[in-house]
Amino acid sequence: MSEQPTAARPIRRRVITEEVHEGPVRARAFVCEAASCMSSLAHDVTLRLGEAAADAGLNDVLVKRVGCLGLCVAGPLVEIPETGQLFSNVRPDDVEGIIEALKAVKETDERQPQGAFFEKQLRVATENMGRVDPESLDDYVERSGYEALKTALAEMTSTEVREVVTRSGLRGRGGAGYPTGLKWTTVAKAAGTQKYVICNADEGDPGAFMDRSVLESDPFRVLEGMAIAAFAVHATEGYIYCRAEYPLAVARLRSAIRSAQRAGFLGTNIADTSFNFDIQIRLGAGAFVCGEETALIQSIEGKRGTPRPRPPYPAVSGLFNCPTLINNVESFASIPTILRKGADWYSAIGIGKSRGTKVFALAGRIVNTGLVEVPMGTTLREIIYDIGGGIPDGRPFKAVQTGGPSGGCIPADHLDTQVSYESLIELGSFM
Amino acid sequence: MPALYAKPAPPSDDKRWKIVETRMRRMGDRPAALIEALHAAQEAFGFLDESALHYVGDTLGVPHSRVYGVATFYSFFTLKPQGEHTCVVCTGTACYINGAKDILTGLERELGVKPKQTTADGKISLLTARCLGACSLAPAVIVDGEARGKVSATDLVAQLEAM
Ligand SMILES: Cc1cc2nc3c(=O)[nH]c(=O)nc-3n(C[C@H](O)[C@H](O)[C@H](O)COP(=O)(O)O)c2cc1C
Ligand code: SF4
Ligand code: FES
Repeated sequence: MSEQPTAARPIRRRVITEEVHEGPVRARAFVCEAASCMSSLAHDVTLRLGEAAADAGLNDVLVKRVGCLGLCVAGPLVEIPETGQLFSNVRPDDVEGIIEALKAVKETDERQPQGAFFEKQLRVATENMGRVDPESLDDYVERSGYEALKTALAEMTSTEVREVVTRSGLRGRGGAGYPTGLKWTTVAKAAGTQKYVICNADEGDPGAFMDRSVLESDPFRVLEGMAIAAFAVHATEGYIYCRAEYPLAVARLRSAIRSAQRAGFLGTNIADTSFNFDIQIRLGAGAFVCGEETALIQSIEGKRGTPRPRPPYPAVSGLFNCPTLINNVESFASIPTILRKGADWYSAIGIGKSRGTKVFALAGRIVNTGLVEVPMGTTLREIIYDIGGGIPDGRPFKAVQTGGPSGGCIPADHLDTQVSYESLIELGSFM
Repeated sequence: MPALYAKPAPPSDDKRWKIVETRMRRMGDRPAALIEALHAAQEAFGFLDESALHYVGDTLGVPHSRVYGVATFYSFFTLKPQGEHTCVVCTGTACYINGAKDILTGLERELGVKPKQTTADGKISLLTARCLGACSLAPAVIVDGEARGKVSATDLVAQLEAM
């Protein structure tokens, strides 16, 4: 199985670098090719860096496309992971400095801390972001990808998988914070032979681009999380409902689905077991309300996205009136790591009833716009000042908006609030 | 669920209908394929005219009234032909506070178009969108499918006029 081509083909700069790269790799250049950086010519940077490395005769350097490096405001970004050097606002016609830095990398170099923006974070759902080529299954597997699914299928029962998720304390990252393990159990126990798994990638809240970054940077993680969920609730068909406004995310998902199918991680007899599961993509069409789960289901059925009253909940009667598990992108993205590292590891992070980590998109009038993941319980002050770098030009902080239209604005006197589902609701806002 | 009637013929022998037909067939020509079919037709033709709505509905066994209802519900679908080029201005929160409004005013003043309109010469259609998820590049616009960040009204007008 390992001989099969896994990554989607069109990775031109890999080819460029492979021509000159025979022996072991001494230094690497990771170029962010998530949407934000892509719109500022990141792809040209990758191509140009590959060429320049070849011209300079650097035959032990690998130039690689990766997903979001997190600090979108300074894009396009290039990182040399061996030293931790980060180059920002890189222009395709100005890569000499990076080439010189690549030349200087020595085996004894150690990765230097990159400052509060990176050091205060704890990456779970985003652990591969900026580390893997989003279209390379090999890269994903190299970073323990699909270990969780293989272990679940080979060594665990569906009930045991659900127990791990329940004990981890994970709650839905789509807003409402419903306990994920409980939802999985309801679907697993619901009557019916045909069951579905849906990934909600409609991400309609303005200012939120967490799900998009995950999909663009590490799509295999979402596929793996969905497959584990399908095994746990006895589903055989899955859908990812993604906004049409995210063309790069859709393209990367399509590529990842094809690679996973070819390598036997989707389709029939997954990982050489009797488990079958496949995923289709459905495009949203510009209706905010379709992020709501019952409207989303109507939309997958080809209808107008009009929400309907619950109960019955989708877990009992959802897509085509069958029991349906619907979770958010980030919820699914957390699953592989939770299974790999264990429920106890995950539930040890966090505060009160909010366990684990949460991804936030920092946007608006803030110095470091970009994507961050922090333990639940981190204060707003730490997120906005230590990680976010504060407000530009040293102006005073007025308010932070969380949770989109269902959320609210939190004024300055609550900056020391530790973020959790409960604390934000107490302040009249929302996760 | 096999259709009990013969499949309708495409509205014309334009090759692009093949794409639409294939997309529907892959999904079993079932009513649930409606939105995917409309996406396919709009990708192929740029907009959805009456013949497209009827053809898709007849193939999938969905009444015309429901096809029309769905096509008008989702703002991504357009029933009018678009200009040669499209420019989508993000009016989400981050873009709004970072100058999306000035861009729209600038375009209206210089090109004479308001959102959802096309310039008199049929060159440029102006659209708005809720958050494009490119907030770190606010204000963001998409010109002919390509995202551009941190744009100013003056530069954008110049670029559009040069097209
Ligand atoms: C108006 C409205 C919009 C919503 N938009 C989203 C969305 O964009 N993404 C999302 O994951 N959940 C959204 N939700 C929540 C979903 O209905 C659902 O609770 C969620 O997808 C469940 O996944 P989770 O348990 O993993 O959070 C929305 C809810 C409402 C009422
Ligand atoms: S792209 Fe960003 S700024 Fe623009 S609307 Fe979206 S969220 Fe807001
Ligand atoms: S999109 Fe490039 S760093 Fe986030």
